[in-house]
Amino acid sequence: MLTCKQFLQELSGYIDKTLNPQELAELHRHVSECPNCFVVCDTTEKTLKVFKGMDCHPVPQGIQARLMAAIERRMKDKGGCGCSGGAKH
Amino acid sequence: MGLVRGRNWFLLNYKYRRVSTTSVSPAFDESALVVRAKAGDQEAFNELVQHYDRRVFRMAKQITENDDDAEDVLQETFLKAYTHLEDFQGNSKFYTWLVRIAVNEALMKLRKRRSDKTVPLDEPIDTGEDEVVREIAVWDQNPEDVYSRDELAGILDQAVKSLKTAYRTVFILRDIEEMSIEETAETLGLSISAVKSRLLRARLQLREKLTRQFKKKGDDAFAYL
Repeated sequence: MLTCKQFLQELSGYIDKTLNPQELAELHRHVSECPNCFVVCDTTEKTLKVFKGMDCHPVPQGIQARLMAAIERRMKDKGGCGCSGGAKH
Repeated sequence: MGLVRGRNWFLLNYKYRRVSTTSVSPAFDESALVVRAKAGDQEAFNELVQHYDRRVFRMAKQITENDDDAEDVLQETFLKAYTHLEDFQGNSKFYTWLVRIAVNEALMKLRKRRSDKTVPLDEPIDTGEDEVVREIAVWDQNPEDVYSRDELAGILDQAVKSLKTAYRTVFILRDIEEMSIEETAETLGLSISAVKSRLLRARLQLREKLTRQFKKKGDDAFAYL
């Protein structure tokens, strides 16, 4: 039987399922029998879920406009017009 | 952790729908756009910029912690990508390549900002015994149902910001940008075991912070007993 500390050390591999089947089964047995580790595992998964579900806010308009202007300047320096289709004037 | 005996705790539903941040609209074909951009099609490059600028900006802001530096990182990333587009061999996804450029730019910003020239990724990391697990309590409702998008984003940003840079960068690459452990290690110039250890620390520290915020209050906190 694994200790809680051993379980915690392998928590990432357990959540990401990157361990071999035997290791996963052993960790699963522990988490099925240990309420504390179950809650830690559950709340860690929820933590990851809430971050993964986080939307990207749009880039503020001024920043986006300056970015596109900087790229256009670089395109002109490189020899293109920056407008479309790769046509170089 | 001590053993807590209980009867209904296993009824907690810990299966959830995984929300991917890498989903793209069906009309977006990264490989085709890269091929066109490499052939000199500037509109194709602009399309790549417009598709990824949010994510690059968010990542840059999470690492540098301010809008001005994040804007510089955003510009430098796409300008370098444009200038060195011919060097992109397609061995990884174009976005992974962008992330590598952006992370390096963001870390450079941090190094410049620190007067003591500390290299953030070389911060001493305690490899000690105690993983941070103090809060053992179930969460109240789904945070997305309780907080507005902005409130939740504020809570999450604050939590990420509180991590040491060395942990934060690993967490961002692995869990937000969804890079593999190997890609994260390669991007940051770390060993795989260092990435794994920092990732675990980051996850547990974030769990700890969010549990303090989202846990059921009072006796309900032990509803799993």
